[in-house]
Amino acid sequence: MVPLNWYMWLGAVVFSVGMFGFLTRRNVIIMFLSIELMLNGVNISLVALSHYMQDLRGQVLTLFIIAVAAAEAAIGLAIVIAMFRNRQTVHVDEIKEMKG
Amino acid sequence: MVEAFFIYFALMVVFCSVMVVSRKNPVHSVLWMLVMFFHVAGLYLMLNAEFLAATQIIVYAGAILVLFLFVIMLLNLKEEIATEHSVGGWPGGLALAVSFLLFALLAFTGFTVKASGKWSIQEVSRLTHTKALGKVLYTEYLFPFEVASVILLVAIVGAVVLAKKKLKS
Repeated sequence: MVPLNWYMWLGAVVFSVGMFGFLTRRNVIIMFLSIELMLNGVNISLVALSHYMQDLRGQVLTLFIIAVAAAEAAIGLAIVIAMFRNRQTVHVDEIKEMKG
Repeated sequence: MVEAFFIYFALMVVFCSVMVVSRKNPVHSVLWMLVMFFHVAGLYLMLNAEFLAATQIIVYAGAILVLFLFVIMLLNLKEEIATEHSVGGWPGGLALAVSFLLFALLAFTGFTVKASGKWSIQEVSRLTHTKALGKVLYTEYLFPFEVASVILLVAIVGAVVLAKKKLKS
């Protein structure tokens, strides 16, 4: 039997890798992929906790997270397309219209 | 034996995650993400969550990643591969991520929970996982389920509104 904290560690590692990618990459699409990585790290922890607590609530929450991730990807990528159409770039450090 | 499977899946998930954030070409990142999703689905199978494993593959790998690939192919990639791939302040991001990781690793050392719920492995496998999940989802979580459908509707309408060209009036 794999101990619960191995799963929690794995979730934390995936979340940190996603956090690193979100904070450091210039490309908006890779930043969205990093958000998906972070959500997956949390999902791993939730499913593991739900299995070890013998309670299905964590898995229901994971289903909702997957639904919200799909909605977020659709909206986010639509924003990327609109941004690329107006600015011809997907680099976040070149988008600074709102900076005073 | 189970530990060996877990270690294989965990190492592959971590390796693929690092590849996702480190590749220059976004298409390569998306393809590494695909491998990573399949291994996460394998972990869900190890945790007796068959329905979630199927959902992971169908929704994440089948729908979300295809959407990402479509958008990447709509954009211009040539310039992206030639330029610097991280922002100037990347050591700060690395420090923040590493400190969060150390915090989480220390926090989860020796972390255990009590098996207190009523959905034991025997109970779930007697009903089958999909049915058990449906029972919880459509009774206890009916209202959040409806809210999720509204969120998806908002996403559909919002994506169309944001991505379509302005009409010339």
